[in-house]
Amino acid sequence: MAFKSDDDKTAYWKENLSILAKLLVVWFVVSFGCGILLVDVLDQIQFFGFKLGFWFAQQGSIYVFVVLIFVYMAKMNALDKKYGVDEE
Amino acid sequence: MDVQLLTFIIVGASFALYIAIAIWARAGSTTDFYVAGGGVPPVLNGMATAADWMSAASFISMAGLISFMGYDGAVYLMGWTGGYVLLALCLAPYLRKFGKFTVPDFIGDRYYSQTARTVAVFCAIFVCFTYVAGQMRGVGVVFSRFLEVDIVTGVVIGMAIVFFYTVLGGMKGITYTQVAQYCVLIFAYIVPCVFISMMVTGHILPQTAFGATLADGSGMYMLEKLDNLSVELGFNEYTSGTKSTIDVFFITFALMVGTAGLPHVIVRFFTVPKVRDARKSAGWALVFIAILYTTAPALASFGRVNMIETINGKDMQGTPYAEAPTWIKNWEQTGLITFKDKNGDGKMFYAAGSIDDPASQNEVKVDRDIMVLANPEIANLPAWVIALVAAGGVAAALSTSAGLLLVISTSVSHDLLKRNFAPNITDKAELFYARLAAGVAIVIAGYFGINPPGFVAQVVAFAFGLAASSFFPAIIMGIFSKRMNDKGAISGMIAGIAFTAAYIIYFKFVNPAANVPANWWFGISPEGIGTLGMLVNFAVAYGVFKMTDEAPQEIQDLVESIRFPKGAGEASAH
Repeated sequence: MAFKSDDDKTAYWKENLSILAKLLVVWFVVSFGCGILLVDVLDQIQFFGFKLGFWFAQQGSIYVFVVLIFVYMAKMNALDKKYGVDEE
Repeated sequence: MDVQLLTFIIVGASFALYIAIAIWARAGSTTDFYVAGGGVPPVLNGMATAADWMSAASFISMAGLISFMGYDGAVYLMGWTGGYVLLALCLAPYLRKFGKFTVPDFIGDRYYSQTARTVAVFCAIFVCFTYVAGQMRGVGVVFSRFLEVDIVTGVVIGMAIVFFYTVLGGMKGITYTQVAQYCVLIFAYIVPCVFISMMVTGHILPQTAFGATLADGSGMYMLEKLDNLSVELGFNEYTSGTKSTIDVFFITFALMVGTAGLPHVIVRFFTVPKVRDARKSAGWALVFIAILYTTAPALASFGRVNMIETINGKDMQGTPYAEAPTWIKNWEQTGLITFKDKNGDGKMFYAAGSIDDPASQNEVKVDRDIMVLANPEIANLPAWVIALVAAGGVAAALSTSAGLLLVISTSVSHDLLKRNFAPNITDKAELFYARLAAGVAIVIAGYFGINPPGFVAQVVAFAFGLAASSFFPAIIMGIFSKRMNDKGAISGMIAGIAFTAAYIIYFKFVNPAANVPANWWFGISPEGIGTLGMLVNFAVAYGVFKMTDEAPQEIQDLVESIRFPKGAGEASAH
């Protein structure tokens, strides 16, 4: 058994799911939100030479995706350590 | 030196490099062959994953598609990158902890069912063949245009190279070759684009150049000019789309979920040593993919402006055909550009509408696929840049083919043969059959490359729809619901696939004339239907699960054990 107790196991999984949920909300908001559903509203705003909605759809969302994965990596590594279930 | 000689030298040098790497990284065991011994460093694995993922379609076709679609092209940009977020957060670390070789392995073990495994094997093989035929075709097109050998010879050369390093090196050979191929393809993609953005806007970075003002001193933004030009010629504004919001939403979602469910992408995360490496490797893969994917929309918009200005002239009066640049004549020979002087004035003019429609001003038909390959010529770049683009296109096609062929050979030798028919064969015999299967798969793929079925483009929607509606929900439920049982998962997969396949087959093959938005359910095109198929899968699986017994205790324990990293060993067969 890798966890100290069953409570620990439940708590770890709960925290894991909460990290997932938060990051997936951001994932959804930048791509489906800003890039698709709200694109017409955001297109009213000029961002350098881009319409903002267009920029999110063709550039911005991709940058956020990359950041999300690295944030996830850092948070999960910290969580694994906290519960003593990391490798080594 | 002329373009053709340079192309021979650069493409030849890249081939020599791939072969040298293959010899250095030969596979000695099935673990080497299937998952590169599980010892690939995460950054390199990320690079290899990126090369594996970015196919001839990403390299050659995507910027062209965006160039003609404008805003709507975002479905590919977001769809093919956003899937990595799902992969990194919801699949990769858990599947790595599970520690088997293939996706059907996971499905079969998690749902304790040989039927589930077999269904998964056939889906995996179908998806991979669909893809690989297109790749071989891509190799053929690049060879025929730049080296002026015929398509058959081009495909045979491509097959020989892939055969050599896949059969010899397996996953290990492929992974290290893909690292080299990534470097070649990304360099080949970025260099011409940097040249072009410098010319058009004076910015080095295509990503910012695309939102900058023009270098001609007018002070006008590049995209503003493109919007104006598009409207003037009867198109929609470049930065607004023509697809409905719901369709864009569903297509993007289907591509994301499909990406996360593609077996040749998932299997990459079995090749790293640890769970934390699987997370890291997914992050790096997306970094390397994003470099190309954020450049592509810039290339698309510059290419479009350059193309319109070359054909219509800076004054928008049309360019006399007699003075047309050589690239137009070159591509005309391949049939990818057609000029029809409708008003008989001897000038070319590009506008909205078909060249066969007398009411339209348009006289030039330009195939979307030539945008990336022709861009350096359109912008008058030096010959070595053109040669480099040819090498990049071939690298993209070869790296993806190799990854797909490996999944096919693993599915046959491991999932079908060892798991179903001959459980007692030795490691050595299994390795032999894996190599044999890879060899046979290459020959079949080559055949389709030379004689492409007319439906290659259509089946791409199929591959993503299938992955989205079958694998993705089955894997997600397998990880996040420990009580989900075999009956739920199998009926979910079958319902998802059947629904998606029926919709696509009806609109793409049975009744293509009806394939218009008015006939689509809720306005969702066949490209986006996989999203609905995924929902059907989840709903059916849950319904059946509620009516049957939950998964046995040992399976629930198995699921609990993959939910944390500690104790992840090397990927293994047992």
